[in-house]
Amino acid sequence: MSAQQVLFDAPGPKAKRNILIGNIVGVLFIVGLLAWLVTALAGQGQLTAAKWTPFLESRTWQFFLLPGLWDTLRAAGVAIVTSVVLGLLLGIGRLSHFLPIRWLAGVIVEFFRAVPVLLMMIFLWLAIGAASIMRPQDIPFIAVVTALTLYNGSVIAELVRSGVEGLPKGQREAGMAIGMTRGQSLRSIEVPQALTAMLPALVSQFVVILKDSALGYIITYTELLQNARRLGVGEGNLLQALLMAAVIFIIINFALSSLANRLSKLLSFRTAGPARKDPEQKLAAAVPAG
Amino acid sequence: MDSFLSLFEQYDVAAAFWVNIQLTFWAAIWSLLLGTLLALFRISPIASLQWFGATYVNIFRNTPLTIIIAFGVLALFGQLSVSLSSDFNLNFFRLAILGLSLYHAAFVCEAIRSGVNTVPLGQAEAARAIGLSFLPAARLVILPQAFRGAIAPLGNVLIALTKNSTVAAAGSVAESAGLMKTMIEFRSDMVIPIFFTFAFGFVLIVIPIGLLTTWASKKLAVSR
Repeated sequence: MSAQQVLFDAPGPKAKRNILIGNIVGVLFIVGLLAWLVTALAGQGQLTAAKWTPFLESRTWQFFLLPGLWDTLRAAGVAIVTSVVLGLLLGIGRLSHFLPIRWLAGVIVEFFRAVPVLLMMIFLWLAIGAASIMRPQDIPFIAVVTALTLYNGSVIAELVRSGVEGLPKGQREAGMAIGMTRGQSLRSIEVPQALTAMLPALVSQFVVILKDSALGYIITYTELLQNARRLGVGEGNLLQALLMAAVIFIIINFALSSLANRLSKLLSFRTAGPARKDPEQKLAAAVPAG
Repeated sequence: MDSFLSLFEQYDVAAAFWVNIQLTFWAAIWSLLLGTLLALFRISPIASLQWFGATYVNIFRNTPLTIIIAFGVLALFGQLSVSLSSDFNLNFFRLAILGLSLYHAAFVCEAIRSGVNTVPLGQAEAARAIGLSFLPAARLVILPQAFRGAIAPLGNVLIALTKNSTVAAAGSVAESAGLMKTMIEFRSDMVIPIFFTFAFGFVLIVIPIGLLTTWASKKLAVSR
């Protein structure tokens, strides 16, 4: 049900005229906002060709944007795999019937969900550096991936738990009736169905991981934002370079979000549980750390 | 232990957390205002405003906050010389609030919209049946229920905002993540105690907010 149906009746002639007037005002407002932005930028000389032509040169892409994008995708890709693994382990741990395991998984999940990702990233970066156990150039990558894994693994654990709890109890009872243990029933009956139900929310979480990989900028990881900044400093067009980085992020994330929407429509009849994009209490999952 | 405690005499940890709380407070107010306005746009019958609300949400929700904060310092201040205060540090502080507000307004908008979606169709029909026109129906029947339904998602946005206030470190604001970095660099032998001090600081701030909003959303829930 869309908000529209809740709030409005089908408009009559008078309401149609009011809507038309509102639309004209709205278009004027949007055009005015854009015109103000463009004149403000042009007034500062930001729209001159010299500021934008670097993006047409192959060396810009070859040495700055594409290597940056590669490092972003590499960190996000590895973090996605490791957080799903960690999330499944912690999620099953939280559903265990063995109290100490349930308690331990609960403490880990609650702790890492409450601590800002950036704090973990800086800590890991400096701690691994101080311990000098690996090559210095690898440390930012490891710190980014580990911090993203700990946070997003905990969020995914909550998705797994809410997915399993959202299943009809007949599923669990059927497992018990054929003599399965709790662990067997979780692994072969409940979690697979919960995974289908939570797949859209999971893909939304991948958007969060991709966005948060930009935090690596602060700990000198050479991802897209970092390379865009270097490019902008060199060419004297920081504003344009950062905008370009933002546009690349928006395109990738928008594609992932559309995939999540499509999945939630596609899968809604494939599971006993409800397939939702943002289960209401779990909206925090879709609210990212950076 | 003594050397650990002496760190707190050298560095003002409480002051750094206070900066995060101030960032959160101001960004929460501005993003609530902007987010409510965007939500009104999105649920209005006016197509151009709906488009504006949806475009804003899609752009800001899909951009990393780090880019938005870095943009404030490097592009707005560095390249366009946009200044929100003559004081150097206050300027960075306000630019960070601006970035945090613009980013979280998109999530506030979606939270309020999800609240509107919790109101059953029958409520609006009943309002119309007793002769209320659009504005009175929205003010007396729909919105009071919608805001109650939006408390839990809004609480989640507030929690995310509290944690995200650390990203202001990318905008040259002296807050807790930056102080932690300085402290660890100065005392690399006490990496773990320093990290847990800051981590528990956030746990202490975030968990009460979560408990409070969960309690409020249950207490104020519309029973159906």
